[in-house]
This record gives sequence, structure tokens and C-alpha cells, in this order.
Amino acid sequence: MFNFFKNEKFMLYHLITIFLFLFTSIVSAEVYEIGPSKNSQEELQELMILVNPGDTIILKEGVYELTDGLSLTHSNVTIKGEGMHKSILDFSKQISGAQGLLVSSDQVVLKDFAVIDSKGDGIKVVGADGIYIVNVRTQWRGEPKTSNGAYGFYPVQSKNVYIEGCIAIGASDAGIYVGQSENIIVRNNIAEYNVAGIEIENSYYADVYENIVKFNTGGILVFDLPDLPQQGGHSIRVFDNKSIKNNTANFAPKGNIVSTVPRGTGILVLASKNVEIFENEIRDNATINLAIVSYFEETDDVNYYPHPRTISLYKNDFSNSGFDPDIYSNEMAKILSEIAGEKMPDIFWDGVLPLKQIFFGQRQEERIFAKDNGNASYLSINPIKYLLPFIDPANRDLGEFDQMPSPLKAVEINIPLERIN
Amino acid sequence: MINWYSFLYKKNRCLPYFYLFFLCSFSNAEILVNDSAIIQEKLPKKLSEFNFFSDLPAQIPNTDVVPYELITPLFSDYTKKKRFVYVPDGNKAKYKEKSVYQFPNGSALIKTFYFLGDERKPESKITLLETRVLLKKDDGWDAGSYVWNEEKNDAVLKIAGKAINSSWINQDGEIIKVRYKVPNKNQCQECHQSGDKLIPIGPKPRNLNKDLFYPKLGEKHNQLIFWLDKEIIDHYPDSIDRVVDWENTNEDIEDRARSYLAINCGHCHSNTGNASSSGLYLDFLEERPKQLGIYKKPVAAGRGSGNMKYSIVPGKPEKSILLYRMLSLDPGVMMPESGRALNHKEGIALISSWIETMRR
Repeated sequence: MFNFFKNEKFMLYHLITIFLFLFTSIVSAEVYEIGPSKNSQEELQELMILVNPGDTIILKEGVYELTDGLSLTHSNVTIKGEGMHKSILDFSKQISGAQGLLVSSDQVVLKDFAVIDSKGDGIKVVGADGIYIVNVRTQWRGEPKTSNGAYGFYPVQSKNVYIEGCIAIGASDAGIYVGQSENIIVRNNIAEYNVAGIEIENSYYADVYENIVKFNTGGILVFDLPDLPQQGGHSIRVFDNKSIKNNTANFAPKGNIVSTVPRGTGILVLASKNVEIFENEIRDNATINLAIVSYFEETDDVNYYPHPRTISLYKNDFSNSGFDPDIYSNEMAKILSEIAGEKMPDIFWDGVLPLKQIFFGQRQEERIFAKDNGNASYLSINPIKYLLPFIDPANRDLGEFDQMPSPLKAVEINIPLERIN
Repeated sequence: MINWYSFLYKKNRCLPYFYLFFLCSFSNAEILVNDSAIIQEKLPKKLSEFNFFSDLPAQIPNTDVVPYELITPLFSDYTKKKRFVYVPDGNKAKYKEKSVYQFPNGSALIKTFYFLGDERKPESKITLLETRVLLKKDDGWDAGSYVWNEEKNDAVLKIAGKAINSSWINQDGEIIKVRYKVPNKNQCQECHQSGDKLIPIGPKPRNLNKDLFYPKLGEKHNQLIFWLDKEIIDHYPDSIDRVVDWENTNEDIEDRARSYLAINCGHCHSNTGNASSSGLYLDFLEERPKQLGIYKKPVAAGRGSGNMKYSIVPGKPEKSILLYRMLSLDPGVMMPESGRALNHKEGIALISSWIETMRR
């Protein structure tokens, strides 16, 4: 007993707990409950402006009819509904505002509610350090259509992005889109009937896992694009996902990069570096189960590298790819189909490289690595042969790429569990 | 030894001062700006609490509050605007290159939005809508909007914003109806944000560098000279630029267009603004064609792209996303994202002819 108290570590522990207890009791976090009313727009927006850091807003069950976008600029606020099918922010009568909900502060938790039929994006998060979105639904109802908003979940220029248990339906760009961000976990979500199910763009360190993406145009996209403040997207792991039957016709407005994604794409990697794709179930995608391509449009951005590098694929379960390729509306699908003929592959690499590498070969560590992908079939295009007549430019031998790079580390985010559970 | 009458003498000497003091306290004291209302943490509930005006409904400023105008202003649904600046005694706003003035704590920028009932008749009745204030507090700028009451004798703080259905008659005699949107506090922030701070947008030296008629003095002065004279600012450079008046058809069309875009878009579309992720930068300082939108592809525009490939296609306004978004009234498409419910015909015409004249 005596020894027990003499233990300095123990004392320190106690002091910290006492201090924490005092601290939390001084800064008493308020919980505000709000229910739907005729004046939901003003009430809800006012509450979001008046809350203090640490406070919680509870959205009671019901449909909140909103006419303008909502926004939150306070950090450390929790907005929590009573369920993604119960507390519904309905923007179908929206008159102004480029998105449903805009968050521009740090350490915000969004949980258990839905954002429906917003005129622009569903939930946009800009420049946040710490955004935790759990069990939230974004949806555009009815058939997938071009007039739907672009993104369901749209964190951009943010750090420590956590999206879990969410459902994204009907986005005319991507259901879950994380752009120009860093340290990202997207797990256990469902994305369907979007143009892209999940898209990670110009971002660093992302883990995308245990998601179910089906009935989109393309399931999961990993992109890196030029002319943006943050580019050179890298270190992205895509694993344990199911990317199935992504055969919805592309309904993205033209001009957007996703409008070039072929209907029936399981996973698409464009440019990007250090991407690991493993243990996914990828099947029944009508054009291609998995494609790895270079950025195909002109750019004069000297800081941009348009070719994918160090992409590894292993232990994925592929089946039934390319049974109805999108040849009438998509250039990539058309070329692929012409070269592949009857034997459409599971995995496609466009083979485009800088000129020097076409002749002298790729750097060993920058090549595609593939291993243990069952009976997955493969096709890449040999660009030199492609330019010569009467020579089959297809390379179907996956076996040459079998040296695995050292695996990427798992992304770690300090999730405020007490606010999420 | 003191003269017996010295006391009387002193008393007499003080009398005029006493008299003056009393005069001040009765005629002047009530219209001194309420400095504590500016710097206090919470925004006052009513506009009248600031004492910015000697006659609030008539928008006549009190002596320390100075009216100003910008060469090229932001378009806000054809509202007219009265702008005022207040800098507390003994302080000056500091000049900073390529920036707005750095105002001392306790300063205020005040802007009243109103419609002229009939634009063909300058004397027609005006409809006061809202008065926005930017207040420089110890921890930075704070923003708020006061909506004018029914009686139009005071304005009340509306932190959640408000939609006002209003109308007026324009130069062509048309009745224009508008659902005018008073921004909420967060929306103030969206436009005034630079990095993680709020900043004023308008009072940049080059956008102030013009003559203004001061009704109280009955005189016309260059605003910068006047501000220096009134000790509102500490300095302006001799070689100061002047923003091009977007409406002045004698000016170069490119300069007019850039001026218009800088004021209307550049506060978000800059590398520190809210739209930095778009890679489209329209501020005064941007010189790179791609960043200005020329053959620039959209990034996250969604249906804002209008099925088009580039922000600006030289020579082809009808194929330029930038113009498409200026023409739209759909909240998911239109630009700016907030603060506009009507098309700005004249602005659209300017940008359209600018793109038209660009070499392909």
C-alpha cells in the first residue's frame, strides 16, 4: 500500500486525471437539441453560428426542409442526428448555396444524419485538420442524372480525414471524394449509383478499405491531376473492398475528368505513385476490372508527372471482366477492346511511358508489381508495336512483374472515439 | 502674495472652456462613435448602438466617420452601396504593399446596401436593406450584418442572415424583383477569408485612388490624400497604381475585365482564398494564363462545367465555363457561390467581349 503511493508514475497519472476533470468541468460543453420546424433554415444556421468549441448539436428525428446551404466554422463541434434514415436535411427546395453543408473548421464530427438532394455538393469540408464523418448518408434521389450534385462527401485541402459507415448515392461526380488532402481513412462505406464510387485525388497517405462500391460507372478511382496547388498524389492503399457491377452509364457533365471513365470500371489508377491494391473482390465490371493509365490530356505543367509509378497488386480476387465494354462512348474502352478482341483482361495497363523509358525500360522500382491474383488475366500495350501495322501490341504476360516493393504503412488517425461512439 | 482677485481672474479664464465643454457634451457627445461597441466580444444587437451616424436613417455619418467609394466595386444584385470608414483617434491604418490597409484595433468598415426606388429618378425613395460592418478587434476582424427594420429607423443584427423580397425600377424602366440574400455570419467569412484570418477586401490603395465629393465640406478630394490628411492612413506610395474602372469604356478591355474579375472573384479565387483548391486564380497579381482560366480544365466543378472543357476558350465565350457560371442562377452552378440572385448583364457583356477579343 505504501509503495503504491510512492510510485511517482501513479501520482502523475492521478494528477493528470484530476486536472483533466477540472478542465472539462470548467469548459462545460453544451448539448443543443433541435428538431425540424417551419423555420429550420434560420434556426439551424443560427445554432451552427452560436455554438462554441466542444458543443454538440443534436438533430432530432425528422425532415428539415432547407432553402439555403448550411455552414459551420467553429472547431471541435459535433453534429449528430438520430440515424442516417431518421434525421434528414432535405435540400430539394434549395435556392442558394453551392452545397448542402459546408464545414471549414477543425476536429468536427458529423454523425447519423442524411443530406438529401442538395443543388451542388452534399457535404463539403475545406481546409480542416480533423474531420470525422460517421454513419452519414448523402443522396440524390431518383435515377442517376447529370443534374445531381457533384460530390456526396467532399473533403478538400484537409488533414486527418475519417469517413466510416457512410452511404453515398447518386453523385454526378464521386460519392466519396477526397481531394488535395493528407492522412485519410475511408472505410466500411457504401457507394452506389454515382459516377465514381470513391475517388482519392491529389492526396497523400490514404487507406481505402472494407467499402462496398457497386452500380457506379467506376468503382474506386485513384487520380493525380495537373495544375493544382497539391499534386503528386502518393501512398494510397486500396484493400478489402468489393468493387462490383459498376456498369451504370457515365452521367457526369462533360469537362470533368470522371466523364472520361468508362462505364464498367472496377478500379482505375491514373498517374499517382506508390499505390497498393490488395485483397479486393473485383468482379462483373463490364469494361475492365482494374485499369492503370497515364494522364492522357495535354498539360504544360512542368511539375506534374503524368505516369503511374510503383503500383502493386496482390491477392485480389478478380472475375468476369470486360463482357460489355463501353466502346461507343469511351475512347479508352474502344482502344482496349480493339486490342484485346474477345479476350478482355481483368487488369489493363496502357503502357504509356516517357519516351526515354519506352526505349530503355522503366526503373525497376517504378514498375507495376503483381502477385497472387488468382487467375487474373492481364493486358498492357506496347507503345512501339502499337504504332507499327500488323503487329499485335498486346502483352498478356503478368508474370514478369513479380517483385514486391516494401509495403506502405497503415494510415493512423487519432479518432475522438468518445465523440463518435 | 496672491492678488485677491486672482481667483476671479482664473475663474473667468476658465469660463469659456466650461462653456465649450458643455456645448460639446450636449451637441457632440451623443454622436461620438461608441468605441466599446466595436471592440466588445459580442456584436451589439442594433446598428444604432455604434453611433456611426448622426442621422441613422438618412445615413449621415458623424464627424469621425468618413464616406468612401471604390473604383470598381463588387456586384451585389444591383444594390447601391454607401461605404464608411472609422479609425479611432490617434491611430492610423498602415500601408502595406500589395494588400489592403492594416487597420488599427477599434477600426470599423461600414457598408449599407440599398435600392433606389426608380433608377431614372435620383431623388426617388430608397429602400434600405442591410448594413454590414467589419470590426477590427484585438483578435482580428469580426463581421456582422444588420438588417433594416420595417420602420427603417434602425437595423438589427441577423447572424443567420435573411432573405428579403424586394424590387426596384431600373434605368430601362423595368420593375426588377429580387430575393435579396443577406449573408449569414459564416458567409461573411467565406469571402473575407485569407488563410485562417478575416480581412477586408475593398480598401486597397489602388481601388481608393479616385476623387470623391464630400457633401459636408462641399469639396472634392482624392480619397487617399483626404485619408492621409484626416489621419486615417499613414502613407500611400507616390507611384500608386489605380484600379481600372470596369465601366470606363475608354480603358483597355483586358484591364477592365481583369479589374472586374479581381474584385468579384479574386478574393476567393486566389492561392490564399476559399477557392484555392480549384487552381483558378483571378486576383490582380495573377499572370499565368492557365491559372487565369485559359484552356484550364475544371477540377471539382461538377455540373458547373456545363459540359464544357475549359474555363476560358479564347475567342469563344459560349464555350467558356467562366462565363457559363456567371450566366447561371442555379445554386449548384452559379458563381459567385453566394451574394448573387440576379445576373449582372453588364458584367457578363464585359467578360464575354473580353473572351471574344482574345486571340485563339
